Amino acid sequence: MSDNSHLAAFVRTEEAPSLPPPSSAAGPIKWMRDNLFATPANAVLTIVAVLVIYKVLSGILPWMLAGVWDSPSLAACREILDGKSAACFAVLTERWNQLIFGFKYPVDLYWRPAIVLILFFAAAAPVLFFDLPRKLLVITALFPFIAYWLIWGGSVSTPILAFAGVVVGYLVYSRFVAQNFAIGFFGGVAAALIFWGIGGAVLPDSTIAEGAMRSVPSRDLGGFMLNMMLGVTCVSLSVPIGIALALGRQSSMPLIKYVCVVFIEFVRGVPLITLLFVASVMLAYFFPPDATVDLFLRVVIMITLFSAAYIAEVIRGGLAALPTGQYEAADSLGLDYAQAMRLIILPQALKISIPGIVNVAVGLFKDTTLVSVISMFDLVGMIRGPILASAEWNGVYWELFGCAALLFFVVCYGISQYSQWLERRLATDHR
Amino acid sequence: MSEQTQMQVSDEIAITIQSMNKWYGAFHVLRDINLTVNRGERIVICGPSGSGKSTLIRCINALEEHQQGSIEVDGTLLSSDLKNVDKIRSEVGMCFQHFNLFPHLTILENCTLAPIWVRKTPRKEAEETAMHFLEKVKIPEQADKYPGQLSGGQQQRVAIARSLCMRPRIMLFDEPTSALDPEMIKEVLDTMIELAEEGMTMLCVTHEMGFARQVANRVIFMDAGQIVEQNEPEEFFNNPKSDRTKLFLSQILGH
Repeated sequence: MSDNSHLAAFVRTEEAPSLPPPSSAAGPIKWMRDNLFATPANAVLTIVAVLVIYKVLSGILPWMLAGVWDSPSLAACREILDGKSAACFAVLTERWNQLIFGFKYPVDLYWRPAIVLILFFAAAAPVLFFDLPRKLLVITALFPFIAYWLIWGGSVSTPILAFAGVVVGYLVYSRFVAQNFAIGFFGGVAAALIFWGIGGAVLPDSTIAEGAMRSVPSRDLGGFMLNMMLGVTCVSLSVPIGIALALGRQSSMPLIKYVCVVFIEFVRGVPLITLLFVASVMLAYFFPPDATVDLFLRVVIMITLFSAAYIAEVIRGGLAALPTGQYEAADSLGLDYAQAMRLIILPQALKISIPGIVNVAVGLFKDTTLVSVISMFDLVGMIRGPILASAEWNGVYWELFGCAALLFFVVCYGISQYSQWLERRLATDHR
Repeated sequence: MSEQTQMQVSDEIAITIQSMNKWYGAFHVLRDINLTVNRGERIVICGPSGSGKSTLIRCINALEEHQQGSIEVDGTLLSSDLKNVDKIRSEVGMCFQHFNLFPHLTILENCTLAPIWVRKTPRKEAEETAMHFLEKVKIPEQADKYPGQLSGGQQQRVAIARSLCMRPRIMLFDEPTSALDPEMIKEVLDTMIELAEEGMTMLCVTHEMGFARQVANRVIFMDAGQIVEQNEPEEFFNNPKSDRTKLFLSQILGH
């Protein structure tokens, strides 16, 4: 032991007072010193950034603020501006309905898609925010059929038949899933298809006129509504298909495994735009001449298959990240395959995959503008086609494309913010 | 050793393994395993790493597949038929070296999941059972936390409670204390000892020789995929017969 005599005994008799921090260690001055002027390089960057922001805003703001909102055409707009350089937002107020609904959707029926949009929020809420009462999922289950009927109109028997087919498929699935997951799954799908086949063959003879609304053909859909419809339909279909493909790729059954591998690798190796051309032009060669598969449906199928392949690979990454111990623990408790996947494996794998899935979803939503090249008049198609080609608004680029960018940004930013909230909400691992 | 005499071993047979062989590819991991376990027996399996101890007990609940011979658990023959596999798994509890709790579920949900979904127990009853066993492993106050918030020893005790909630007739332990700090080893071993005293049939792969002496009624020594020696603990530790066993014991007890 060393000599301890230099350590004097010490006992604190009174508590040291708690003092406010010096001004340099708190408040805005400290914040600026830490974040804006921490080092000389940092200070230079701050000044340059402020200058750039000033330059950009000083160019854009006057252009926007002096914008003309009320004018029948670009020529009239230029007259009002009288040589000044400013925006001509009148194109948005004049043609807002074409940007949102397309140029052929009947004007007196705009209320139908508007109701669908409101219902969409009600249907999405219980799926996105799982603290809401589970009973609200009834709205979610009914939404696709109601939305279909409202947007396309026509006989009410079609959505009812579709809904009944789903119910039949689900009943068959829940009847057989206890024996074997694969039998239940494929049995359910087959039962629904058979039901639709029989129902579709029987119905046209006795088409029910009651409950029929004025029908709107798919080629009359357009504008941002079309982008939203394609985006929502394809994302919500491609997530479950992607999960099925990812699990199929891991399957111990060689047939299922190789079907999934070949599908994923093929679809990922082909550009979306070629798939869309196949959907719009070539698919017709494969159907009998009198069969008319709706163009919207064909496009939905192609985009869904495309994004499902990407989502499958993202989820496969999530599955691979789980330790094998989780599979073993689930097995050792006697959970069967479907239970282990649903309760143990997928909740964790999907949580890991959230950023990747959202990435695909945002990309997919923006890629719906590609349908404009197969002459569907979505938002971009409307701008490039009917609006810019019109005599009144030929030449208005910034305002229209700026508006399109803003609409897409609002939706995509919302998706991104939701996914970050979801990740925080699901963080239970306390790393 | 007074406790040991209280722990009864019945004549009823719990597990029978007959001339069982297993290969990993061309590697012969388990060779000619013959083992009969009576109800109420506490068996400790030890041996050097790579000797096939874990593989052996993982074969009993079909986490690993054996290629030859037969395994019969509670009168159910283990075959490739999925029905039998799930039946055996719900009768046999298992604890892993790395606990393998489900990190996305609370402690209580970890414990009630299998009873609710496999046994179809009503939720309320399953929760009562879970709280009963969480009290037994002395952590009822952690029921609403997530596994990531617990210490290793606590997690392993939750894993034991999770298995017990299925009311298993046999418990398998695969090196339950190997991933724990010395302080936590004791709390887990205490739980296991308590379980043994209640007459649970247990097969433990472990290097805790103190535990083996205290609760085991049989110690099995494995090397290179074979059962080299088995005996009562006193005989096994004080008077090992095979040279391989002597070498192993001198290495783990020598320091």
